[in-house]
Amino acid sequence: MTEKIATREAYGKALVELGKSNGNVVVLDADLSKSTKTALFAKEFPERFFDMGIAEQNMIGTAAGLAQGGKIPFASSFAVFATGRAFEQVRNSVCYPKVNVKIAATHAGVTVGEDGGSHQSIEDIAIMRVLPNMTVIVPADAEEAKQAVFHAAETEGPFYIRLGRSGVPVIHGGQYRFQLGKAEVMKQGKDAAVVACGLMVAEALAAADMLAADGIDIEVINSATIKPLDGKTIAAAAEKTGAVVTAEEHSIIGGLGSAVSELLGECCPVPVERVGVTDKFGESGAPGELLEHFGLTADEIAKAVKRVLKRKA
Amino acid sequence: MKDNQKLEDLARSIRRHIVEMVGEAGSGHPGGSLSAADIVTALYFREMRLDPERPDWPERDRFVLSKGHAAPVLYATLAERGYFPQKELLTLRKLGSRLQGHPDSKHLPGVEMATGSLGQGLSAANGMALAARLDGQETRVYALVGDGEIQEGQIWEAAMAAAHYKLDNLAAFLDHNGLQIDGENREVMGVEPVDAKWRAFGWHVIGIDGHDFDQIFAALEEAKKTKGKPTMIIAKTIKGKGVSYMENEVGWHGNAPKTDQVEKALAELV
Repeated sequence: MTEKIATREAYGKALVELGKSNGNVVVLDADLSKSTKTALFAKEFPERFFDMGIAEQNMIGTAAGLAQGGKIPFASSFAVFATGRAFEQVRNSVCYPKVNVKIAATHAGVTVGEDGGSHQSIEDIAIMRVLPNMTVIVPADAEEAKQAVFHAAETEGPFYIRLGRSGVPVIHGGQYRFQLGKAEVMKQGKDAAVVACGLMVAEALAAADMLAADGIDIEVINSATIKPLDGKTIAAAAEKTGAVVTAEEHSIIGGLGSAVSELLGECCPVPVERVGVTDKFGESGAPGELLEHFGLTADEIAKAVKRVLKRKA
Repeated sequence: MKDNQKLEDLARSIRRHIVEMVGEAGSGHPGGSLSAADIVTALYFREMRLDPERPDWPERDRFVLSKGHAAPVLYATLAERGYFPQKELLTLRKLGSRLQGHPDSKHLPGVEMATGSLGQGLSAANGMALAARLDGQETRVYALVGDGEIQEGQIWEAAMAAAHYKLDNLAAFLDHNGLQIDGENREVMGVEPVDAKWRAFGWHVIGIDGHDFDQIFAALEEAKKTKGKPTMIIAKTIKGKGVSYMENEVGWHGNAPKTDQVEKALAELV
């Protein structure tokens, strides 16, 4: 069985490493440090960790002030609260003045599980992506999450890094190098391209194996940087294969599927099918059950590929 | 007190700028800018350690105008203090200007934080105070909060946090002029007793007349001597202060004076 690690685990460990190498890194949390894994940093660097209590709006605003004072703040909460409860603070205190705040949100997507729809953020990519100056990253596995965190610390400006609660398969080795704004072609193919992010990248790779058995050869692209989107790589794949499927643990409205559709609609229209949550809220259940329930599986990606192939000119 | 004569002259000049720039822009917020003019003058011309030649000097004191709609008072003061040319004041709210309708820290030197969405500035001031403490700097952070603004929940989140983290390098002024867009604070949404509220949240609270320089400086001294907690200086002010027809008139919260009204105001501010 493939090894699984949660991207939030990687985040917590990355913060500890960062804390050792960069004295300006500070971390804020809103009473969820054990869940977001910022507690790992708090244990090592208590003087640079600020628990802001259950007050996300003030957490984001305080992070903005810390950044204006020369610090590199990582502010964490669950994705629903970090992007929803504090949306206007992210907009007006972080993105508008282009302040050096990093928001790392965990428990994104339906794989939060049993806590249910109130806690399953399937709109956060959409609402962070619309903000000018915001960089949006959705790591596919622990290694990518770690490197994205390091990259964010080294790069001036607002970042949103979307992390998950549940373990996700390891798909990158230690030799992998994350490049901001660069999509990763994980498998070459000629019949259709699947552009995925987060835990759906592993599902897309599994779909590729399933489809190969049917003689269908798909390209698999990991678009970890949702914004700025790597239009060059994605458009090239669309031109080469003539059909695109997107896959994300997020609403099909406003997230990766929308970003890719916008791009292709403007530069190289090809049939697109979007795999994601279809304009619904989540509900309680085990993470694996929910992925099945909402159609976020290799099987559904394979079906979408077959649908899109029928639409090819 | 003769020593304050220069400050009074400066505050009057700043009030003149406010009336002229809002008049020229044809929109803006004169009432709450005029009410805060003496406090901001006191900070920028005597209290704060700063250097207009080096707006990014790391050791500088910081000022966050949390009630960002009072941008004209900040711009007028920064220009008087030499951060940018005074003639630029007349570009307020015009396309391409560095003087946005609400302060934009990205573009204008001396503006520490983009504000205007009410309730957010005090949190940023907290962050600046924490950063200064981490760096072992003597930097002091000042914030100006509106009395309508404290109806925002985020203000009380920030109040809690400032007390929890014992931010004694932070002092905030409450510009307590009693009026907000829809009318008197007490009619729109009761906020009294404000002193008891801040005290209950763990702040050191001082009440002053916000148009009396001696009281402003005495409060600032007391704030500096207060250890282990942030200080809130509740400054009783008059909205529209200095322009007779604007004083205590809610209608001048967000209205620009016409040419003849500008002239009348300037005649009073000599």
